[in-house]
Amino acid sequence: MINSSLKTLSQMLAKKEISSVELAQAFLNRIDAFNPEINAYIALDQDKTLAQAKAADARIAAGNAEPLTGIPIAQKDIFCANGWKTTCSSKMLENFVAPYDAHVISRFDAAGAVNLGKTNMDEFAMGSSNETSYFGGVKNPWDFTRVPGGSSGGSAAAVAARLCAAATGTDTGGSIRQPASLCGFTGLKPTYGVVSRYGMIAFASSLDQAGPMAKSAEDCALMMNVMAGFDERDSTSLNREKEDYTRDLNKPLQGLRIGLPKEYFAEGLDANVAKVVMDAVTEYKKLGAEIVDISLPNTGLSIPVYYVLAPAEASSNLSRYDGVRYGYRTPEYTDLMDMYCKTRAEGFGEEVKRRILIGTYVLSAGYYDAYYLKAQQIRRLIAQDFEEAFKHCDVIMGPAAPSTAFKAGEKVDDPVAMYLEDLYTIAVNLAGLPGMSIPAGFSNSLPVGLQIIGNYFDEARMLNVAHQYQQVTDWHTRMPEGLA
Amino acid sequence: MALSIEDVKKIAHLARIEISEDEAAATLTKLTGILGLIEQMQAVNTEGIVPMSHSQDLVQRLRDDVVTKTNQREAFQGIAPVLGNGSTERAVDGGLYLVPKVIE
Repeated sequence: MINSSLKTLSQMLAKKEISSVELAQAFLNRIDAFNPEINAYIALDQDKTLAQAKAADARIAAGNAEPLTGIPIAQKDIFCANGWKTTCSSKMLENFVAPYDAHVISRFDAAGAVNLGKTNMDEFAMGSSNETSYFGGVKNPWDFTRVPGGSSGGSAAAVAARLCAAATGTDTGGSIRQPASLCGFTGLKPTYGVVSRYGMIAFASSLDQAGPMAKSAEDCALMMNVMAGFDERDSTSLNREKEDYTRDLNKPLQGLRIGLPKEYFAEGLDANVAKVVMDAVTEYKKLGAEIVDISLPNTGLSIPVYYVLAPAEASSNLSRYDGVRYGYRTPEYTDLMDMYCKTRAEGFGEEVKRRILIGTYVLSAGYYDAYYLKAQQIRRLIAQDFEEAFKHCDVIMGPAAPSTAFKAGEKVDDPVAMYLEDLYTIAVNLAGLPGMSIPAGFSNSLPVGLQIIGNYFDEARMLNVAHQYQQVTDWHTRMPEGLA
Repeated sequence: MALSIEDVKKIAHLARIEISEDEAAATLTKLTGILGLIEQMQAVNTEGIVPMSHSQDLVQRLRDDVVTKTNQREAFQGIAPVLGNGSTERAVDGGLYLVPKVIE
């Protein structure tokens, strides 16, 4: 059951082979057994979860169930959920109980899904290993000495260890795709603007985007049907016609043009990862795809550009944490300035402070043109690279991360090395394109992800491309031994 | 553009983050590394390129001038920070938030 697809679970619920309460309890029991070690969840509320499951059972009995009614979902702790502690894994919000629901949360509620709990993450989503969390690191279910990736590390471990049926994540520079690669499951970052950011705690607003993290492309498509859609409360939410993301899953791939960017296979990529990715590409050739060599010449610049723009936006977004209206306030202070400075020094962790300082610096008088404006200009060059590439191919493929999961502590003292983790994912956020990572095999018993990048609003086609691969391979069905 | 320890302290003050001498020194090393990474941008000729602030070409939506929000002062003030300086009460009074006196 823990390995069943969302569709299968939905059918079992419809046929009354299992109740939603039993399903939620089964996952809660697994969480009890494994979470103390893995640390994927940082907030659980059994009563709330089971109450939702009970309501779902009533809805199923009444005959008005939707595809995700009664399905237990883990929510990244970046989404405000009314009455739930919502911390963004920061001391700053340690005791913050959200007074309202994020759009994503209300969509899952309306669909009758069951909230299993809130998952661990890098503090304010700033990190690639989940090690910046105030609530401690998360263990990679495939190897407890390694990181799950980040920032959606808790959701990633929860999906990989089958501590939920599926989970949500957010991706500002790779935070869904890199953990999907390191933990071996399917994760999708949609086109910017497809999923509302309302109630999703802001990091870098022009890049942040929520998406599904699940066992298969089909499961991600069902999640997208719930998550996507216009929301007037997010000023960048796109008002588009409603889509069924499952509509193209079964289309054949004959004639699909796959672009392979030479920059994604250059120096910096682990040789074993490269081999797994190329084996997956070979599988696609068997499915009828054509391979096109392409170039994304400004790939290397995406990291410098991102580490100007994301901290700049973060320094502005995080100025709201002043200790006045909610969150942490320092216990001892003399005047207002002292209160602000101590509150923020004590409430934020090292990486968050570092990024606020970088952002403050690049936006300060005298440096704005040299850093912020320059980065925005190069951002356009990066977006134009993709525009040019998509004239010659339908999807782009490559690695999602340069290596498999690394050891906990290995990069924690070297921010620049940590930042390079996102070499293949960041450009997609800068351009606002959709990207996903799917399991493509293993290197030394650790999962390797294949990244699929699509053109704007091509999520349904990308899910089709991923689903067809998952019909002829079984990488996505593997789970870590010892967690069964 | 090498960063000095005085720069770090100035930036920290602008960001309203208290920083000790030791922290400033450690931060300087890390920030210098990150700025080295960022410096790669300077080699690119960007003359005439229109800055891209956003991936979608959007204009701000307008809505009808009608009331859409209800008053939730109590719910929002119920999560106010603890006042501190010896008090364990929430930093609210009479529907207002309490902060140190700023006007004499």
